[in-house]
Amino acid sequence: MTNPLHALKNQIAVVGVGNTAYGSFPDVSDYGLGAQAFRSAIEDCGLDKNQIDGLVCCRVPYYARMGEILGLDPRWTLQMPPHGRMSGISIVEAALALQTGAANYVALIYANIGRSRRVNYGGEDSAAFWDPWGFTSPGAAHAMMFRMHMERYGTTTRQLAEVSVAFRRHAMLQPDAVMKSPMTIDDHEASRPIVEPLRLFDYCLINDGAVCLILTTAERARDLRKPPVLISGFGARDAFRRSAIPNFDPDFWYAETRDAGAQAYAMAGVGPSDIDALMCYDNFSPTVLFSLEGLGFCEQGEAGAFVEGGTLQLGGKLPTNTDGGHLSNSYMQGWALNVEAVRQLRGECGDRQVPDCEIVQYVATAPCTRSIIYTRG
Amino acid sequence: MLGHYDKPLPSDDPDARPFWQRAREHRLAVQRCDACGDRHFPPGPICPACLSDRQSWEDVSGRATLLSWVLFHRAYWVSFRDDVPYDACLVQLEEGPILISNFAGGIPDGVRAGMPLKVVFDDVAPELTLPRFAPA
Repeated sequence: MTNPLHALKNQIAVVGVGNTAYGSFPDVSDYGLGAQAFRSAIEDCGLDKNQIDGLVCCRVPYYARMGEILGLDPRWTLQMPPHGRMSGISIVEAALALQTGAANYVALIYANIGRSRRVNYGGEDSAAFWDPWGFTSPGAAHAMMFRMHMERYGTTTRQLAEVSVAFRRHAMLQPDAVMKSPMTIDDHEASRPIVEPLRLFDYCLINDGAVCLILTTAERARDLRKPPVLISGFGARDAFRRSAIPNFDPDFWYAETRDAGAQAYAMAGVGPSDIDALMCYDNFSPTVLFSLEGLGFCEQGEAGAFVEGGTLQLGGKLPTNTDGGHLSNSYMQGWALNVEAVRQLRGECGDRQVPDCEIVQYVATAPCTRSIIYTRG
Repeated sequence: MLGHYDKPLPSDDPDARPFWQRAREHRLAVQRCDACGDRHFPPGPICPACLSDRQSWEDVSGRATLLSWVLFHRAYWVSFRDDVPYDACLVQLEEGPILISNFAGGIPDGVRAGMPLKVVFDDVAPELTLPRFAPA
């Protein structure tokens, strides 16, 4: 039986990427950051901005105001909620819209001003059933999962530290990154506990910034400035039945990640051993271990041992989050990781370039798990 | 400070009111579907297994197994500032549902996943009782 989605293999391309500086910008609005990223992505692909006829806004408060600011009247628009899992979803939805002809050129804009406006990810900002017990925040949910992983498989915090250490090393090679000071495993172990067993260096940054991607069909991509990066495969699986504890799954979304990965691999005609670089959603460091197991880079329960000795670092077996990820580059909720995938495949990454990079995989392991496989066009 | 409780209260979710009412009576209860017998928690307006709206509340044994636990060093609410570090635990009731709670009396000595626990009712305010868990 043929999966009709497989007809989309290599049919859609990322043709333009752009990002702002990352940091704290109290004097710029989210629209202002989004506009900068959009202009940068338009410049990157050389498209006339008036050809954009599809618009996706994520964490930008109001799509119509964004369109007004950019002088756009699209024929296809989506407003996505400000969740990290929405970046992969948005890119897949844009690919489907392009394939059907609902739009010819889609701009996807993400902007975040959470740092300068002091957004809290817990407490009164996110009321939930478990508040009376003092249980709150996505970080606490991931701490709860990591403790389960420790108890079930013997995973250690020093193994977990490998994730943060690898991404910090990459951030130090990346001009836009927020965090540039070196980090060792001992530094990780000495960082202050937030919700144990997780520590400060297991938590993503919160910073301001914006990202834009421009997608079109592979055919239209040929006329644009940069070599296209093709979407060769994608996979999806949501897990809502066990949503009672937000951002938590008692089996680490293993089955969901496995299924989303299997769909993406089958569509692209590749497997884990073909992946030159992995862009892995790292809201918290344990998510990376869960992703590695779900995708089959190692067996379930063995991610701790798998990452030991610099596996995820440039030059290691599986260079991962070569831009520094959410832990050390920028909290762009998956969007910047997709931009990094494109730049790696274009060979634009300078000191952090993965040699002969031909196949890059994005994954976000979450209640809505998505994986996308990009290849050189 | 008499009678003043400034920690977060349960949200006024109509589906959850019977849970909190029973907790005040020192009863731990979960929703059970009259049509298919599915037990679920937190409560909802219909049964997630069969979509029936005929649901009852069923007292459970209070026996549970520890799945995981964490220690908060950060106070996300001002009212928890004097409590840090404080714990939260994840337990599975003998009847199936999973819930977040706290240890009654702090993280137990020799804590490990799988340890048997039993519910303890903590009357934290005149109108609020929190089910917590202690080693069985």
